[in-house]
Amino acid sequence: MSIDMSQFYQTFFEESFEGLDVMESGLLGLDVGAADSETVNTIFRAAHSIKGGSGTFGFTAVADFTHVMETLLDEMRSGTRLVTIESVDLLLKSVDVLREMLTAVQSESDIDVEHVAVIQKQLEDMLHGEKDGDSVSMESETVAVESDQAEQTNDNAQWHVIFKPFDYLLKTGNDPVRIFRELSLLGDYNVQCSLEKLPLYNDMDPETCYLSWDITLTGNIKKEQIQEVFEWVDEDCELVIESMNSSESKDVMESPTEVDTATNVDQDLSSAPTKTEPNLVPVSSTAPKTNAAKKATPADSGSIRVSIDKVDALINMVGELVITQSMLGQLGERLNEDSLEKLQDGLAQLERNTRELQENVMRIRMLPISFAFQRFPRMVRDLSAKLGKDIELRLLGEQTELDKTVMEKIGDPLVHLVRNSVDHGIELPEERLAAGKPKTGVVELNAFHQGGNIVIEIADDGKGIDREVIFNKAVEKGLVSANDNLSDEQVFDLIFAPGFSTAREITDVSGRGVGMDVVKRNIRELGGNIEVNSAKGQGSKITIRLPLTLAILDGQLIRVGGDTFIVPLVSIIESLQVKPAQVNQIAGQAELYKLREEYIPVVRLHEVFDLRADSEVLTDGLIVVVEGDGQRAGLFVDDLMGQQQVVIKSLESNYRPVDGVSGATILGDGTVALILDITGLIKLSREERIAAA
Amino acid sequence: MAKILAVDDSASMRQMVSFTLKGAGHDVMEASDGAEALKLAQSNQVDLVLTDVNMPNMDGVTLIKALRQIPAYKFVPMLTLTTESGTDKKMEGKQAGATGWIVKPFSPDQLLATIKKVLG
Repeated sequence: MSIDMSQFYQTFFEESFEGLDVMESGLLGLDVGAADSETVNTIFRAAHSIKGGSGTFGFTAVADFTHVMETLLDEMRSGTRLVTIESVDLLLKSVDVLREMLTAVQSESDIDVEHVAVIQKQLEDMLHGEKDGDSVSMESETVAVESDQAEQTNDNAQWHVIFKPFDYLLKTGNDPVRIFRELSLLGDYNVQCSLEKLPLYNDMDPETCYLSWDITLTGNIKKEQIQEVFEWVDEDCELVIESMNSSESKDVMESPTEVDTATNVDQDLSSAPTKTEPNLVPVSSTAPKTNAAKKATPADSGSIRVSIDKVDALINMVGELVITQSMLGQLGERLNEDSLEKLQDGLAQLERNTRELQENVMRIRMLPISFAFQRFPRMVRDLSAKLGKDIELRLLGEQTELDKTVMEKIGDPLVHLVRNSVDHGIELPEERLAAGKPKTGVVELNAFHQGGNIVIEIADDGKGIDREVIFNKAVEKGLVSANDNLSDEQVFDLIFAPGFSTAREITDVSGRGVGMDVVKRNIRELGGNIEVNSAKGQGSKITIRLPLTLAILDGQLIRVGGDTFIVPLVSIIESLQVKPAQVNQIAGQAELYKLREEYIPVVRLHEVFDLRADSEVLTDGLIVVVEGDGQRAGLFVDDLMGQQQVVIKSLESNYRPVDGVSGATILGDGTVALILDITGLIKLSREERIAAA
Repeated sequence: MAKILAVDDSASMRQMVSFTLKGAGHDVMEASDGAEALKLAQSNQVDLVLTDVNMPNMDGVTLIKALRQIPAYKFVPMLTLTTESGTDKKMEGKQAGATGWIVKPFSPDQLLATIKKVLG
């Protein structure tokens, strides 16, 4: 049977990359000198699985490399090797190498052989350094045994085999019949059964093996072929295999003599890292042909792993839905006045089912944020070593779940922010001590749910953001005027301005000051926002708020004439009736509404979208105060309707991008409603006003 | 055809083993660790157990020991899937009551050949 192994590659890559993450976080958590055995075991297991898989699927280079790692880890696991800083560092480097190798294999590009060889050599050196090779002896033993016996070939060999199973043999699942069947495949054979130990029928235990056999085999048979047949049972029997051709010495294999002969390992053989099975086609590590692996890279793999309980919950839910549906179906068949109440109950149940189903379907796309957090321990460790800083990273709320797509897009911004904290936030140990702070700085990542959002905080107890420095820089860059009186919040917000960087010199850690604006833009694109809080000398905290999912949105339905629009609920601050005294018409066209101490522009939706409204008089309608990208505006609408969750349909992929509109949805009555893009709308109305003026 | 329980914490290995066995007409149940396998084996009598050794929650050796305690599994063949570096693991498995082992890495053909041996 020929099986296309490439169909399993994708799963292998996915689990291997996961395994590497497990190894990395495990290694980072290891206490040097007093390593937790369960952690070492977990790391070992991950390496072991990668080795097994890569061997099976023909990625020989990966298997060879992992084998050395595994051996080292096995020694740590069994306690024969201490966990040192050096070994952890080397293993971390090896994890990187392995990741590179797997990425190369997956994308069918070349493995950086030299780099691999360097690290592999270091691993081997460490392995042989203190223990001098005895750890690799195990697999060589098979090779040694085979080569030792491979010489004995004889076209017409005759063998005498005495097979006396111990009485428990059957309880190992081994059946002597199987053994005879296999022996019969080797050549002519003759068996004599010895009944001497067979008790009387009444004393007989049917689970015990009382029989033994005397076998003669003739044919082109090598000794190891016979040994192989008995391989599984040689510990469970007395076994003698002797040649009847020559004066060759009788080889008694009463357990465990075979193992003893094997311990005499030829040192030359110990350098052979793995034994290649003859039937296994060796695949060049550089070019395994695979269709599945060609497309997806681990970063944006199209598949998602869902825990069984989520799937079970869904199936459960669908079951209930089916029940409700059949109940309603029955009602529909004979509908009369009496059944009205039942109908209402049924509909209420249907609504509940639908909501639960929706929530559960959404849960499928949800992953714990630990997927995004897991890269930070390593990063912070490496960065702080590089910068000579002493930093403790705390991760909180790692199990907080968010949508996979959101997670993928938030990864890079988070990296940037954490780097900033490490590079610019936390001071050098001596600076910290001088400032009366503990030597070790703390960077804390925290995630939690709040309303329909996920909040991610990146906090550090470093030097904080210097308001004056930021302000002066902004003045210098012409972003603000020296006379502007800005709040702290507004000043901190300046760091998100394009091209703004306060690093005195460019470091290769935080880069070149491109970034914070990109960070903000990325977060905004996800429908979220970012906020900075900082106290000089005490540290900074950056708070990111993101929607839990990009697929569903809490919306406020509004009406303009005959059209319904949806305003994302997160953008709405308040809705109010217009008091004429508070509307100011400024020269030009801009209408301003005085909201407490603030003037906000009024955006007449009917004008922006060129619609017929019920009334164009502000006092007839309502003002919905919204905020987008830090700017507020008042949307003038005819009426507010209900609030509901809406499923977002992309306008871009179904039609084309439209200014001021972020998407569309289908309402309960089947009509399409546009979802407003508040930031875009404010911009659009400003442009229209300018154009009109 | 035989009912086989395949136990491995590696999804790709499980897929490979299961695909190969199903292709040969066997009925395959999968478990990702010993604990899961034990549960499955208790509620479904199988004719053969193939288990990885190194697994979280419950390893293969413990699984075999536990299964051998169950009367219905006293004589059922159980093979460990072990790497060649695991000679001591082979023996550990044997002592726990394993019938034998298959050395990783193995090809689908090797797997089927071994299975055929055990199942007759």
